[in-house]
Amino acid sequence: MTELRINGTFWGVDAEPDKPLLWVLRENVGLLGTKYGCGIGVCGACTVHIDGEAVRSCQFPLSEASDKEIVTIEGLGGGPLHPVQTAWIELQVPQCGYCQPGFIMAAAALVARKAAPTAEEIDATLTNICRCGTYPAIRQAMQRAIAALRSAP
Amino acid sequence: MRRRTMLIGGLMGAGSLIVGYWFSYQRDRLGDRRTFPAGRNEAALNGWVKIAEDGRVIVAAPRAEMGQGVHTMLAQLVADEMDARWEDMTVEAAPDDPVYRNVEILLESVPFSPEETGLVPDAARWAATRLAGVLGISATGGSTSTRDAWLPLRYAGAAARSMLLQAAARRSGRAVTELTTGQSAIYGRDGEMVATYGELVHWAAVVAPPPRVTLKTRQQLQIIGRPMPRLDIPDKVRGTAEYGIDVRLPGMLYAAIRHCPVHGGTLKSVTQPSGGLPAGFRAIVPLRNAVAVVADSWWRAERFLATGGDGELKIDWAHGPAAAYDSAKLWAELDTLAKRIAPDFSRHVSRRPAGSPTVETPRRLEAVYRAPYLAHATMEPMNCTVLAQPKRIELWLPTQATSLARRVAARVGDVALNQVIVHGTLLGGGFGRRAEMDLVREAVVIARAVPGTPVQILWSREEDMTQDYYRPMAVGLMACGIDAQGAIAAWRTRLISQSATSQYSRRNLRMPETDWPDPNSVETPAYAFPEITVEAIVPRLPIPVGYWRSVGHSHTAFFEECFLDEVAHALGKDPLALRRQLLHDQPRHLAVLQRLELAAGWGRPAPAGRARGLALRASFGSVVGQVAEVSVTAGQIRVHRVICAIDCGPVVNPAIVRAQMQGGIIFGLTAALHGEITISAGAVEQRNYADYSMITLADAPEIDVHVLDSQHPQVGGVGECGTPPIAPAVGNALFALTGKRLRALPLRLA
Repeated sequence: MTELRINGTFWGVDAEPDKPLLWVLRENVGLLGTKYGCGIGVCGACTVHIDGEAVRSCQFPLSEASDKEIVTIEGLGGGPLHPVQTAWIELQVPQCGYCQPGFIMAAAALVARKAAPTAEEIDATLTNICRCGTYPAIRQAMQRAIAALRSAP
Repeated sequence: MRRRTMLIGGLMGAGSLIVGYWFSYQRDRLGDRRTFPAGRNEAALNGWVKIAEDGRVIVAAPRAEMGQGVHTMLAQLVADEMDARWEDMTVEAAPDDPVYRNVEILLESVPFSPEETGLVPDAARWAATRLAGVLGISATGGSTSTRDAWLPLRYAGAAARSMLLQAAARRSGRAVTELTTGQSAIYGRDGEMVATYGELVHWAAVVAPPPRVTLKTRQQLQIIGRPMPRLDIPDKVRGTAEYGIDVRLPGMLYAAIRHCPVHGGTLKSVTQPSGGLPAGFRAIVPLRNAVAVVADSWWRAERFLATGGDGELKIDWAHGPAAAYDSAKLWAELDTLAKRIAPDFSRHVSRRPAGSPTVETPRRLEAVYRAPYLAHATMEPMNCTVLAQPKRIELWLPTQATSLARRVAARVGDVALNQVIVHGTLLGGGFGRRAEMDLVREAVVIARAVPGTPVQILWSREEDMTQDYYRPMAVGLMACGIDAQGAIAAWRTRLISQSATSQYSRRNLRMPETDWPDPNSVETPAYAFPEITVEAIVPRLPIPVGYWRSVGHSHTAFFEECFLDEVAHALGKDPLALRRQLLHDQPRHLAVLQRLELAAGWGRPAPAGRARGLALRASFGSVVGQVAEVSVTAGQIRVHRVICAIDCGPVVNPAIVRAQMQGGIIFGLTAALHGEITISAGAVEQRNYADYSMITLADAPEIDVHVLDSQHPQVGGVGECGTPPIAPAVGNALFALTGKRLRALPLRLA
């Protein structure tokens, strides 16, 4: 039995040590916001936060998850929306929306690490794939989120 | 005299039949209150609109939401005519009923562009409309949802408003003429609120629908035409939106699957592990061309297949004739067929007066263009959840064709149609892939192996990419005759491509396979060429093809817009100026071109190191022009900026139009720069995003979208028309920059 701390709650999980965290979340814990897109760490749809860092959970085994602070899209705002989520709604970013939880998690980790990333830093960090092509809206939403965080008390 | 009287009488009879048919047709598309089931504290006013006591206005949504904003569009059409507040609007899945049929999607399969008029095109459209009525099928695709819903949904909203006024009149004892509507409520002429819509639920439930309604004028519209926030976005941002892959039912099992990697191959045998199945595994299900493993965890089932059941699972395939094919052989077959004397399809259009002498064309330009197979690669891999019982089947899946899924499940599952329920979920991308029924067929078979237990079949990304129905590979033979004065006298396109429409009809509609090309591959160009010949040859190749966003336009736009650019340069003419000349009788095209010219600064030099390319394409009832600004560094193509102008007729939601243009451009640009599916021994070589590159944020150009304030009366689609122009715009820009003419996709300089 592995004990995981997810979105501030403890979960006891009984699964293979090499089971990727993505599937632990979806199958053992029942949190479905984190998505499967490729299984090889390329698309980013499975992005969660592990100790504050953006991690592609399809590449992260259960055996390494036990003493970490895990946050998924469901726990990002902790109730109210995270400023990145607010910006995403204001700029109407999602189209099909399937890649967006992963994008939002990656974006939130970036702005937590660096309050005002440059366009180049944003491009270099947010390498998630969006098949619907929402990148132009994402660029605008990032600027909105950065501005909102800058003026937040 | 008698014959003429009969003819006139016949025409008048037909005319009044047509007029009468049109009125009853609109009413017929409204349905009645029994069509849209109402819960407690709800009242259905017709097949499209319910009101609830808590104030919600519920719109029936028979179309699949795949990010194109269709649910929001339907709600906007109703809300405006009904004078409901946007915050009260919500949607609910519509039942499978002919009221919700998509007529426009059948009109899309008529092989004439919407601009072409005349007896034959009009007769074809009339026949398609009748067929849609007979089939009663709800499907989402062909960029048809808005144009199909434009009148019926507005009628439904206007009828609802009329019924609410009647209800308020009865409840209050006041005359209808004293009452007015606004903000989900009824007001007296004195401005005093008489009742909210929610308060009128039980009164409205017994009011008869009005015999006719009046729609708002363009000036009166307050919600239609505005960028209303999308209904589906908040859940998508919270991560609570439920896609097919997220369906969870009590006691559910999961199935992973391996298909024969060679297309058209079948399963010869599968040996089960000698020691029985591991704990948690329920069954190994052999299918015609695949093996499925059913277990209590998809990850475990998938890993079981990946490791060959730890070596214990032996699968033997009968590869079949496709194994003899690789990409080189496929291209060779297309090239051989290209030389055939008689094409499968040919249309010749002449603008010259009958009996005109033949024009000498001392100069002739020819070129061969190519485009490869492309995968859909929706972010959410293919999946379907089924609960099969002896006489009843229930399905949950992301699908573009709920009505068809129901019929296919009934047939494959051998149950009565009225015992099949399909729940359409949100789609994590569609692009035409989810109109196919392959998941339904195999999921029903697998679920019948574990009757009474729900099973979710999920394809791995590798299965999704290698078992697609691809955008066909195509060769375009382009030719143009120039007369002695240096003007274009004749234009000929010969397209050699498999037909998605023909294959789809055979696979899913049980129609015989034909050599009929995709209708939108053979539309007559809008340019005023004096003589135009459009030909198509439809080969039968072993790689399956299907509808891919913009279908035939995805290659023909590249072939035609690049070749026209070649002709422009050969004649020493500016590509935009030449198009303006050739579109002199096409006001919509001219307006788009003019807006593009201004917005892109076409006449001014491009920034240093960059060049611009232009492409214009009418598709799905809209006209789209794009200019791409491009540079090349160390052989790498970079698209900095795309300026896009669109005339889509009446606009329901300008923010959605912008999003679809941006999305369509990125989708097309990914294909233009990277997209290539190659075949080896009958199997697809690309298995995941690592082999099939996608544009990311860093590669995405700045995109400026200009939505024209069009006076065109018909609504045009926007889901697909943003994609065709980008590849030729970039190809043309590359020529302007480097002098190299690229005639094959993906665009590669090395």
